[in-house]
Amino acid sequence: MGNDARPDSLLPLPPAVFHILMALADEDRHGYAIIQEVLSRTSGEVRLSPGTLYRSIQRMLEDDVIVEINERPAPELDDERRRYYRITTFGRSVARAEANRLHELVRLARASGFHTRKA
Amino acid sequence: MLFYRALLRLYPKSFRAEYGAEMMQDFTRGWRDASTAARAALLAQAGVDVAVNALGVHLDILKQDVGYAVRSLRRTPGFTVTAIVVAALGIGATTAAFSTADHVLLRPLPFAEPEHLVRLTENHASLGYPRIEPSPPNYQDWKRMQTSFVSIEAFNGSTSSLVGSGEPERIMGASVAGGVFAILGRQATIGRTLTEADIQDQTNHGVVISDRLWRTRFASDPNVLGRTLTLDDATMAIIGVMPPDFHFPYRGTDFWRALRFGSAPSNNSRGNNYLEVMARLNPGVTLDQAQSEMRTIADQIAQQFPKEQAGKSVNVQRYRDDVGPQSRLLIWAVVGAALCVLLIACTNLANLLWSRALARRTELAVRAAVGASLDRLVRQMLTDSLVLAGAGGILGVLLAVVAAPMVVRLVPTALPIAEAPPLDLRMLAVAAVVTLITGSAFGVLPALRVCRKTDGSALKDGARGGTSRGTERVRSALVIVEIVASVVLLVSAGLLVQALMKVQAIDPGFRSEQVLTLKTLLPRPKYSASVRRLQFYQQVLDDTRALPGVQSAAYVSFTPFTMRGGMWEVLTTTPDPGNVGGFAAPADVRRAALRMVTPDYFETIGIPVLQGRDVSAADTIDTPAVAVVSRSFAEQYYPGQDPLGRQFGYAFAVRTIVGVVGDVRFRGLERDNSEPQVYLAAAQHPEGQIGFYAPQDLVIRTSVPPAALMSAVRNVVRRADPQLPITSMRTLEEVVALETAPRVVQLRVLGAFAVVAFLLAAIGIHGLLAYTVRARSREIGVRIALGAKARDIVTMVMGRSAVMAVIGVTIGAVLAYAAGRSMQALLFGVDPANPAVFAAAIALALLMTLAGSLLPALRAVRVDPITATRAE
Repeated sequence: MGNDARPDSLLPLPPAVFHILMALADEDRHGYAIIQEVLSRTSGEVRLSPGTLYRSIQRMLEDDVIVEINERPAPELDDERRRYYRITTFGRSVARAEANRLHELVRLARASGFHTRKA
Repeated sequence: MLFYRALLRLYPKSFRAEYGAEMMQDFTRGWRDASTAARAALLAQAGVDVAVNALGVHLDILKQDVGYAVRSLRRTPGFTVTAIVVAALGIGATTAAFSTADHVLLRPLPFAEPEHLVRLTENHASLGYPRIEPSPPNYQDWKRMQTSFVSIEAFNGSTSSLVGSGEPERIMGASVAGGVFAILGRQATIGRTLTEADIQDQTNHGVVISDRLWRTRFASDPNVLGRTLTLDDATMAIIGVMPPDFHFPYRGTDFWRALRFGSAPSNNSRGNNYLEVMARLNPGVTLDQAQSEMRTIADQIAQQFPKEQAGKSVNVQRYRDDVGPQSRLLIWAVVGAALCVLLIACTNLANLLWSRALARRTELAVRAAVGASLDRLVRQMLTDSLVLAGAGGILGVLLAVVAAPMVVRLVPTALPIAEAPPLDLRMLAVAAVVTLITGSAFGVLPALRVCRKTDGSALKDGARGGTSRGTERVRSALVIVEIVASVVLLVSAGLLVQALMKVQAIDPGFRSEQVLTLKTLLPRPKYSASVRRLQFYQQVLDDTRALPGVQSAAYVSFTPFTMRGGMWEVLTTTPDPGNVGGFAAPADVRRAALRMVTPDYFETIGIPVLQGRDVSAADTIDTPAVAVVSRSFAEQYYPGQDPLGRQFGYAFAVRTIVGVVGDVRFRGLERDNSEPQVYLAAAQHPEGQIGFYAPQDLVIRTSVPPAALMSAVRNVVRRADPQLPITSMRTLEEVVALETAPRVVQLRVLGAFAVVAFLLAAIGIHGLLAYTVRARSREIGVRIALGAKARDIVTMVMGRSAVMAVIGVTIGAVLAYAAGRSMQALLFGVDPANPAVFAAAIALALLMTLAGSLLPALRAVRVDPITATRAE
């Protein structure tokens, strides 16, 4: 698995996995920070439960879309018991592929007359 | 917090170790931030979240492990196939045996509230008949007097010729009382069943037919109601069709008609025991209460009719328990044998997995070194064994289905159930449970023992290729268990062989070789007249005797072993019209089996005439009634006297003894042969009496193979009456062989188990020794290098197997003796400690050990000391 696999082989991504990838897009985070980030990105609509989060993380580590990192943030921000995760290059390709897939789906929906509501 | 910590235990240990602390922390933070009101919701959410995700994680691991197991098993096809076959044999044998036991002994009968159904029989234990069919008057009295039952109902199985389009066919049916279908609680699929009103209306000729008859004879016609069926000479109108799983009172019953008691004197006789009687317990009445009420009723009847009924009582027994003790014992013996096979299969599997685990120690050590936890490795190995057992289980169910026809022949025909246990959820559940036990119990042991040592030392240990003493000991113990189980099975099968040979050696009282038998059922009223019957016999016998290859031929009421009763009272010569049989009874009760014969019967079937003469053509309805009696009759009723010329009242006439012949075991090979028998001349059979005994069985002694005459004899009968169905055409040897058929089946089943066990045990011994030799090849190489001779090496390897064999055989012999004693009822007097059987079984077990260790020993001799020592 992992780097030998093509990004497409993991699609479609479970929503939780996609959210976690997006939360890690700009910054390495620990578990609780991921939950918070997803919550704020979705204006409180998506709250990942710890069970879902860590089960997804376990799978994502096995699939090499994220890695656990040893570098720690500035000591005053660090919580020693926390483990930090970073999206991999492969993870970025996977996220991009998923975004494309969803984009294509929305395009098809629109072509069929299903217009999305204006935000 | 404690709650959440407990919840986390649902996760696999490895996952908990990785993420547990963080999850705990996250939850604590959420808890702190939540208001008191929100906390209850938080707890509920956490419960659901952890339960769902923990299950998900378990499934993820399982999926991975199964994938890994399948990939790694594929790399070792030899091992995989052996393990699957071994598991399949054990699981298949156990599933087949348990399903049969379930089907025959445990599963509820296919009737409404079957636990309330009972069978009633008369108990004449004082006369040597603990269970005998009730007579019509007793049945009617019970029915009238009882309060324990919803109702008591009688039925009576019979066969009839189905005539009409095509060949006449003999079919089995039953005459049933009006309430039988009601207490069984079964409905017809088309039309209706028989009711009390049908019985009361003497002009009613309604018949209910089986699903089979409806399909074969009426092409599943949905408008079958009202169509007619000609049974013997009666034309009956179909009023209903029963569902396919209705097998009452026996398997293969094709029609049900009204049971009516005519005015014939025999139906008023309390000694005319031929009915079968069942009843349904009233709600709240126990079996014991019903039994004690019926005993009271029997006592009251006995007071009223002291002469006929003194000392007689009633048995009340659950319908489910209507399985003879022999059948019950046999089925449990088969289950025991299957468990032995399963035990052997499991120990074999454990040893196979063990060898594999040891061979993979290096791989496991590497996985442990890169962070796999102990529970993760054990789990992986357990998955391996479960995958193997699962594949074996699927194959085993197929085996069980294929083996079923053999095992189901052990199912007694007297139960109203289908012949074969159905392949249903119950059978699959048994297979699944056995598979799980096989896979888990015997996979865990090697997994734990091997993995526990999987630390840094295992890397070196694996490279050195040795095995620990403890492991060797446990594995040797497993092989010893296999030897024990196979000795037990070999001895059991051997004892059954001895019993079979003993039964086959019994003299039945006649000579069965070169005799053809068949039945020509003479329907009434066409053949009610004696003259008509005698004409028929004469024509068939004359034409048969004229056939080339026929030495002699005769007619008899029943070929031996085809009717096991027919007892009549032997009376005085003083007329007494009030008594059944027409004469006064002597002081003691005397009985004898009644058969009617045409001249030459004794010569044809090979019963020796010891004194006097055979019945002859000169004995007619106009001459005094004669009787030929058996030796036991003469010895019991005329001890120390010349029986010839003596007279007795029997079956409505005074009979004069003209001859004495040898005894025949008419009740069966394994029954006592001292029951008195009386043969009457068919030509002296008076009009309208005891029609049941009118000869219908033709026996022919031939000088050519009997089978060669079959079509010629068929033509002879067809010339005499083209309408007559011919049934049961077979050689007398086949009739005799049927007597031992149940034993042959028992033997085949148990023998098959013994053979499987034997082979599995040989594989087990071979597997263990082959592994040991491989693991110790360096040591062997060193020994050879130091000058050990081939003989020393062989002694070393074989010595080990000899020790295991001696221990296994000793324990096995003791257990086999215990098993033999517990199945003594099946052994027909063969001593459970039969020395020949034990010697043979022990020799076979030793031979098996020898054969199993031969290849590993040869391989040990061929170890090249240079390669072996350099390899590592």
